[in-house]
Amino acid sequence: MSECPANLKANPVLSRWLRLDDQPRVGIRSGKVELGQGATTALAMIAATELGLELDQIDIMAADTAHGPDEGYTAGSFSIEHGGAAMRWAAAQLRELAAQAAAHVLGTTPDQLVVEAGQFRRQGHNEGVSYWQLRDRINLDVSALDLPAPVLHGGTIDDGHLQRPDLVGKLSGAGFIQDMMFPDLLHGRVLRPDHPQDRLLACDEAAVKGIEGVVAVVRDGHFAGVVAQTDETALAALAVLRKSAQWQRQTELPPDDGLNGWMDRATPLSTCFLDEPQPETATHTHQARYSRPFIAHASIGPACAVAHWHDGQLQVWSHSQGIYPLRRQLARTFGLDAESVNVTHAHGAGCYGHNGADDVALDAALLARAVKAPVMCLWTRADELSWSPFGAAMRMELSAGLDESGQIVAWNHAVWSPTHLARPGFGDGVNLLAAGDLAQPHPRPPLADAPRPQGGGDRNAVPLYDVGARKITHHLLPQGPLRSSAMRALGAHGNVFAIESFMDELAMLAGRDPIAFRLAHLSEPRARGVIGAVAKAAQWDAQDQGGEGHGRGLGFARYKNLGAYCAVVAEVEVSETVRLVKVTAAVDAGEVIHRDGLMNQIEGGIIQAASWTLKEAAGWTQDGFKTRSWADYPILNFSEIPAIEIVLLAPEGAASLGGGECAAGPVAAAIGNAIAHALGVRVRDMPLTPERITQAIHA
Amino acid sequence: MVTTQATGPDAQSRHLTINGTAVNLSVDGDTPLLSVLRERMDLKGSRIGCTEGYCGACTVLVDGKPVQSCNTPVWSVAGKTVTTIEGADRHPVLAGVQKMFVELQAAQCGYCTNGIMMTLAGLLAQSPRPDRAHILAHLDERHLCRCGVHVRVLKAIDRLLAQPEGASA
Repeated sequence: MSECPANLKANPVLSRWLRLDDQPRVGIRSGKVELGQGATTALAMIAATELGLELDQIDIMAADTAHGPDEGYTAGSFSIEHGGAAMRWAAAQLRELAAQAAAHVLGTTPDQLVVEAGQFRRQGHNEGVSYWQLRDRINLDVSALDLPAPVLHGGTIDDGHLQRPDLVGKLSGAGFIQDMMFPDLLHGRVLRPDHPQDRLLACDEAAVKGIEGVVAVVRDGHFAGVVAQTDETALAALAVLRKSAQWQRQTELPPDDGLNGWMDRATPLSTCFLDEPQPETATHTHQARYSRPFIAHASIGPACAVAHWHDGQLQVWSHSQGIYPLRRQLARTFGLDAESVNVTHAHGAGCYGHNGADDVALDAALLARAVKAPVMCLWTRADELSWSPFGAAMRMELSAGLDESGQIVAWNHAVWSPTHLARPGFGDGVNLLAAGDLAQPHPRPPLADAPRPQGGGDRNAVPLYDVGARKITHHLLPQGPLRSSAMRALGAHGNVFAIESFMDELAMLAGRDPIAFRLAHLSEPRARGVIGAVAKAAQWDAQDQGGEGHGRGLGFARYKNLGAYCAVVAEVEVSETVRLVKVTAAVDAGEVIHRDGLMNQIEGGIIQAASWTLKEAAGWTQDGFKTRSWADYPILNFSEIPAIEIVLLAPEGAASLGGGECAAGPVAAAIGNAIAHALGVRVRDMPLTPERITQAIHA
Repeated sequence: MVTTQATGPDAQSRHLTINGTAVNLSVDGDTPLLSVLRERMDLKGSRIGCTEGYCGACTVLVDGKPVQSCNTPVWSVAGKTVTTIEGADRHPVLAGVQKMFVELQAAQCGYCTNGIMMTLAGLLAQSPRPDRAHILAHLDERHLCRCGVHVRVLKAIDRLLAQPEGASA
């Protein structure tokens, strides 16, 4: 790499990224945050490698808008690809600044020096000088753009037994935002309805004010919340508020038929972004329709934030994925300059996308404005499962034409979906839940989705296969019955499920083995590489006819058509239930920084995607949300976990590619294809429940 | 002896032992054990998850048995011994479980993990030690993990079961 990475270009002052702490430590501050995915460990490893230090010499400082770089959102599997590239370059520049200073002290030139455990030495000499001895001679308040491009050492110090520093603390005590302690901390709770279209008209504030330990009751338009000395008191007060609440329903919800029937009555914003002239050589055509429902993020930890106003300044601690966008949205909501708001990242439970983290930050700030102390606001489990944005429901219609030889010559993919990207800071408006409820409401931004080439509802809608003439259409729907935004993999889960199910259907029509059929339409070597590797690892038998309840299936995609390549083989046994026996995956994510961290992400991605695909659906009734408790939203449990085998491919010299989300689509498709292989009938609507399978058999 | 203040007119005094320390708590009616651990004892390693006994992130040991502290009122554990993750140094089986989880990096976000470790420690310390199927049934009933680290948890269980009974590490 010879050009300064984009994230460093945008935040060029090195002191935003690095700090020489007391010997023997160096502090790093990335704009990418820890979400449980191990990103900060990987970033620390990158810095340690470039600086010539051990991992345990690196202090990972909290991301913070006052001191750290603005790297936007920690999302889309870009932490290593983008954030890591910037950190690597900045750390290498610090090493070179130190080497120059060391050369001066030692009376030599930088190229004569080696660095080991933070000591610069001439080769063959014992005497050296350390980063910390050079501290006064190194100025980090310089722009990376004013320094020469550094030599990047690259590589990693991963010996395969690396332990994440943050986990040691979390697995023995405190470690999350919910655990933060301040001497004068107050506790807040907010009142939200049970129906997505209800708004608060009135509640008995006086009754709550009289409760011992209640410090404040906050009302602003349709927003209401309480602040109390303890969380128990805040909860008790919330219960009283809720009992007295009067709600106004803005609109009724359409019926939930479990198959996205509501989409028939919604008017989409349609974009046909790829429309190639159709050939006339097709002799067979085939079409099919697939769907997935709304899916909950369903974090194990309820959304939480701490806010504190002092001297007109707002300090917020948040587990947001984007502290800078959150800062700007909070400033806009309160009519402040961005500089008057600081957001500091604190670790939360796994989020898997845009959950309630940002919304609760505004809740906390609204509550804290009424008092003079920091306020911790916590969502209830019910609100976590219903007021956090959902992964968007999707409908995919595919059709294809095959020529006489069974090759695909035309491909048509249309996807209908509400937005997969309503994160705060995208578009002109405020995308924080309470902002629309205030007496002076802030409107939401106009309808939009994640832009291509990454895409939102259309993410991975373009197949990687050589399929002749392609027509791809994205029908962006207005907000559906449930609020939707980014959830791990966005539209890739639905689109890849559809494409890969359809490929199996076409292979069957052509009388070909699914893998042979795919390879006959796939020229990209790395794509072929993962399919070949997974076929070998899973001992794929092209002659296996399946049936009698036992089946295997394949799914493949390159995430976003830009990130990691992933091919998955699933093995199922279907009787009264679907038992996922084994999942084998082959992943090519280029250069791997933290091998165990990547393995953990892929394993987790496989299990989460299997859970979505087999079990999960967030529905509603005329009374409102249907998901108010874990009892309403089952996820995969321990005895349902398949055996998992992962093969990592890393072609020599290939740059790191985001890998955290790559398995979602391929897993869904592999399971769907395995069920079809086991039973001879296909279920095209997720979740692939026993009820749906029975229906398909009797259809 | 640690004594904490009364919280209301109905407060009653309850004695229990938490991580080896005798505690005298003044609590209202059905105050859950989790609130007392987190808010009054500053023991944050037991997590707030669902507060209705589904997810298991709040699991602690009461007289050695795994209990979900979010829906366990303090009055029901009066006179008993409570162990949380912070008490691992006093509970060799728990310390062994914790060490195994760190070694296998059997966590992603880590929010559900302490509860799972408490349950495993409670079950593994039982005599006779239950088998894998029993442990899985127990986890299915009382614990959720959203990051999908189940495979690593299962590996940890297999390794722990392979250790001689009573082994702490």
